[in-house]
Amino acid sequence: MDPLLIFIQGLNGLQLGVMLFLMAAGLTLVFGVMNLINLAHGSLYMMGAYLAATVQQRTGSFLLAVLLAIPLTTMLGMLVEVTALRRLYKRDHLDQVLATFALILFFNELVRIVWGPQAYFMAVPELFSGYFSILPGVSYPIFRLVIIGVGLAVALLLYLIVSRTRLGMLIRAGATNREMVGALGVNIQLLYTVVFGLGAALAGLAGIMAGPILSVEVGMGESIIILTFVVIVIGGIGSIRGALIASMLVGLADTFGRVLLPPALASMVIYVLMAGVLCWRPQGLFPAYG
Amino acid sequence: MAKLKFPRLQQLILLSVVVLLAFVPLFGDLFYLRLFTRIMIYAMVALSLDIILGYGGMVSFGHAAFFGLGAYTVGILARFGVASAFLAWPAAILVSVLLAAVIGAVSLRTGGVYFIMITLAFAQMLYYFFFSLDVYGGSDGMPMVARNTFAGLIDINRHTTFYYLVFGIMVLILFVALRLMQSRFGMVIQGIRDNERRMRSLGFATYRYKLVCFIISAAVAGLAGALIANQTLYVSPSFLHWTRSGDILIMVILGGMGSLVGPMLGALCLLLTEEVLSGYTEHWMIVLGPLLIVVVLFARHGIYGLLAGTKQSG
Repeated sequence: MDPLLIFIQGLNGLQLGVMLFLMAAGLTLVFGVMNLINLAHGSLYMMGAYLAATVQQRTGSFLLAVLLAIPLTTMLGMLVEVTALRRLYKRDHLDQVLATFALILFFNELVRIVWGPQAYFMAVPELFSGYFSILPGVSYPIFRLVIIGVGLAVALLLYLIVSRTRLGMLIRAGATNREMVGALGVNIQLLYTVVFGLGAALAGLAGIMAGPILSVEVGMGESIIILTFVVIVIGGIGSIRGALIASMLVGLADTFGRVLLPPALASMVIYVLMAGVLCWRPQGLFPAYG
Repeated sequence: MAKLKFPRLQQLILLSVVVLLAFVPLFGDLFYLRLFTRIMIYAMVALSLDIILGYGGMVSFGHAAFFGLGAYTVGILARFGVASAFLAWPAAILVSVLLAAVIGAVSLRTGGVYFIMITLAFAQMLYYFFFSLDVYGGSDGMPMVARNTFAGLIDINRHTTFYYLVFGIMVLILFVALRLMQSRFGMVIQGIRDNERRMRSLGFATYRYKLVCFIISAAVAGLAGALIANQTLYVSPSFLHWTRSGDILIMVILGGMGSLVGPMLGALCLLLTEEVLSGYTEHWMIVLGPLLIVVVLFARHGIYGLLAGTKQSG
């Protein structure tokens, strides 16, 4: 195989991996701290994309779309946490799966009512619309490079937040022993809402960046949420480091699978990868606890 | 074998539903006949999920895989001219059983959230497999020319005949499942649900019990899949989609898990609600979503729990 093609596909895989990481980080944080399995995480991704698409269509500015859509998605996430999900932390996982599944139904229908059933297309922002020649004769869309850059920057930022700040300390403490954190006088309910908002912001960001390269449509959240689950299962539920490594693995495996294998097999590659990892390590690559 | 133990009220519910269903074809309306055939098929799937979910405590989010695979087996065999139900239906069961053995063997090594997500992922794997398999219709699915044949004994192309066949199979499966869950095997399975460590220390090979339970459940779902292919005469990847697994899960919870009869009532209620609400507005999901959240939050034992007033474990 052409080394150039490998390189380009490697970048594509990296780009998918970065998107998956943004989703997986939020999902795994929420699970690690609140012990909540949130299927509706993909709905926040979808809402981020729709909000950004709307703002961009009205104002023509991608920057404004980003600046408005992320806080709005964050607020929406917090609203959902306060009204519905808060009640589910103490319930078993079955209840959580069902209630958040119901939320997906709700959000999908809400989008269908507000925005209609047709897909939206977001324009790639003017500034990033061209191609960048990485090597002589090899050009690659700038926007995809931006996605990779933003994703890696967010990963670094997240690492710094979790390991260096007071909020990060509380998140780590909350993941280890919730009752103790509460007993030490931390407003645990506020912490939960903030963590959920953080996860929603990441999902919203992923949705906004997906807007210009995929179509913005009902159900877009569902296709990515399954991949995200595969990522956090491989990485070890609750572990951000695991999520980073697993999302790159899944991104690359999926991309190269599509290039090298016939379609019916290519679509199965990441699931085979997951089954393989679980046979070897039933708790994922980096189990967060135990 | 132990005699079936039932509180009188539960017996009454069971009996009245069965009797009511037996009389549906007498009204002669084709629409209702087809609707209730579909409901009974989904009732079987819900029952099969209840075996592992309500009794075994295994939260599978990929049950549509076995249902869809049963349908595809029948569809693909029909493509190759195998129209006999005596061949195609056992084949559908067999294929589902084999797949369940593989999926179960991997998934049951884990537990809790991992199990939920792995079963989900495996079902999606199968979904994408058939989605991109253009030979058998790919994303569009493929039609079946005619329903399966029974060597001239009965003709299920007649809707009433098919209705009563599905009805008979459903009642039979319900009866067998009720007996099975009250047998030694069923008791062991419920013991594992309540306290797996204790069951293991009592000397039961819990992994093997759970695997067998998983496979039995998949076999029933596979048979139901074969039936739905005959009902719709069309097989498509949507049978395998994860929202289908979600729907089945909702039927079980809505009806009240761990009672076998409850999930069947759940299937009845969900599909009827869907039918009624979609008559009023195309956006019926926006009503159903919050309704489900309320049921999950406040009515743990589902419809069956409300009707029979049973205190269930699980």
